[in-house]
Amino acid sequence: MAKTLLDKIWDQHLVAPEGPDRPALLYIDLHLIHEVTSPQAFRLLKSRGLNVRRPDLCLATADHSVPSSQAEADGRRTYVDSVAEEQVRLLGQHCAEFNIPYHGLGSEHQGIVHVIGPELGATQPGKTIVCGDSHTSTHGAFGALAFGIGTSEVGHVLASQCLLQRKPKSFAITVNGKLQAGVSAKDLILAIIQKLGMHGGTGYVFEYRGSAIEALSMEERMTVCNMSIEAGARAGLIAPDETTFQYLHGRKMVPQGADWDRAVEKWRQLFSDSDAVFDRELVLNADEIEPMLTYGTNPGMSVGVTHNLPKYPDPNHQKAMAYMGFEKTRALTEEKVDVVFIGSCTNSRISDLRAAAQIFRNRTVAKGVRALVVPGSVAVKKQAESEGLDQVFLAAGAEWREPCCSMCIAMNGDQLQPGELAVSTSNRNFEGRQGKGGRTLLASPQAAAAAAINGRVTDPRLFLEVGHAAATSV
Amino acid sequence: MQPLRQFKAKSVSIPAANIDTDQIIPARFLKVTIKEGLGQHLFSDWRYTSDGQPNPNFVLNQALAEGAQILLAGDNFGCGSSREHAPWALVDYGFRAIVSTSFADIFRNNATKNGLLPIVVSAEVHQDLSQQVGAEWSVDLESCVLRDANGNETPFAIDPFSRTCLLRGQDELDFILSHQTEIKNFERKAS
Repeated sequence: MAKTLLDKIWDQHLVAPEGPDRPALLYIDLHLIHEVTSPQAFRLLKSRGLNVRRPDLCLATADHSVPSSQAEADGRRTYVDSVAEEQVRLLGQHCAEFNIPYHGLGSEHQGIVHVIGPELGATQPGKTIVCGDSHTSTHGAFGALAFGIGTSEVGHVLASQCLLQRKPKSFAITVNGKLQAGVSAKDLILAIIQKLGMHGGTGYVFEYRGSAIEALSMEERMTVCNMSIEAGARAGLIAPDETTFQYLHGRKMVPQGADWDRAVEKWRQLFSDSDAVFDRELVLNADEIEPMLTYGTNPGMSVGVTHNLPKYPDPNHQKAMAYMGFEKTRALTEEKVDVVFIGSCTNSRISDLRAAAQIFRNRTVAKGVRALVVPGSVAVKKQAESEGLDQVFLAAGAEWREPCCSMCIAMNGDQLQPGELAVSTSNRNFEGRQGKGGRTLLASPQAAAAAAINGRVTDPRLFLEVGHAAATSV
Repeated sequence: MQPLRQFKAKSVSIPAANIDTDQIIPARFLKVTIKEGLGQHLFSDWRYTSDGQPNPNFVLNQALAEGAQILLAGDNFGCGSSREHAPWALVDYGFRAIVSTSFADIFRNNATKNGLLPIVVSAEVHQDLSQQVGAEWSVDLESCVLRDANGNETPFAIDPFSRTCLLRGQDELDFILSHQTEIKNFERKAS
């Protein structure tokens, strides 16, 4: 029978099949761990005298609560408070106790969990990957079935390397055509979420396919899969191809030599059969997508940068507009920006920083705007510095900070003040997400950089080939 | 986890759609390493003003909400982050069931693991229920029926496995660990 990619990965990981009265028991190949959603799970294990079944299949780092400020002269890092510091200390202790590989602060592999997994080659096609973090969907870019879980489930996986799951339904999202110049993977996924709404994907796993998807780099594919959850889908998949294999080749945790060839041979089987039937389908044309920004309080509320804001009588829409203070705003380009944040598991990889730097180069951040650039990992930071990108950001007047989640989730002290408006490359514009009372517009690194330079929401294409003069005269 | 079979309790409504887990409990309260006591932070940014005082306009600060254990909420409740702190906070505050037209997947999974019952009803039933907020409703998980103050009975669906765990007050880990042989066999085959 014809199978989807989801079917193939699912079937390969069944420890016990699903029945009417029970979910399937699914084997997990990689368990990513961070400080926020794991302490209570380790506590459960200890209280029941259980061990971690496969510490070799775990990979831990500290990213949410760690500071983005540089180390003090004595090497110490200053946390937002002692509770955050204790949480990170406890992760290190638990990893040591249970023999789990841990890339904490000071490690050359530390970084946002969804950045370092792929970077190290721990993320591989065909794997099942979980993490106590909803943006685990990122890893689906490699053709891995990857999804976020709660802390109870983190405990289940630690203790058994398995997870009870009902099989999700399949949803093919086909993107034909080609993204236009100045339009990024972030714009594509925002356009998809706008079409589907906040829970159009609930109960499904997305499989992104079509010419526009095949043309994306791995980092762009990660940006797309990362935000699958913002349409309600726990996972997004892209079938692995030459782009995937090239990205992974030679990375620290991938098979080497003859084992590599065997692995690639196996990975080549990971695609949806041509006659496979999906539970749902959506077809889009990439040519029609323009740079997108969100205007409301969830990622489904977005608009093309050249468009006026929509007006709906729906009370949820009105509530969002009232929170954002946009009741009288016609177009986002009218809005003055206070903060620009470039970072997060959505857009903090080297290609994101290069895209932002292209706009920052030889320009200055507008007066009164705070611009933060937070690389996704130590490796990204080093790479950017070797290319001189840090100097581009600093010369423009932006801050160049240490790798972590930073202002995406505002746990570490990097946050908006009440009322401030941010253009952010992160993934959630919920009320107060970036700080109580703060207002967030989600956008691509290009659009974020353009807003930093102009001090207001700006079409990034004005800074690219079309019109340097037009942009700088605003 | 306490078994959840039947109970009768007061209801309260937060009608907004897409109530995300950042609203249920903002991220700055996730630095703790325990799960107890999070009820004080439930809906914190809606519940308290910027100077930390209870916001009198927010329903949970009003007399009619006192003692409520059933929350009637808008569509797609619990979307966003996977934080299990959301159901921990709801349960610690005193909620035992959430009634909505739909739930986000991860939240629903997390809720049932903490004795919090997600009840999905149709838009019509939701509309009827919103007319009698503050009244006592009965939840019967044995027969999967929600009974409103007017005696109207609405059957609801729930995953049979989650239902069994809730009825017994049992967590899923023992069930998973009863598969040791299957897990070992799987690992042997895979290696």
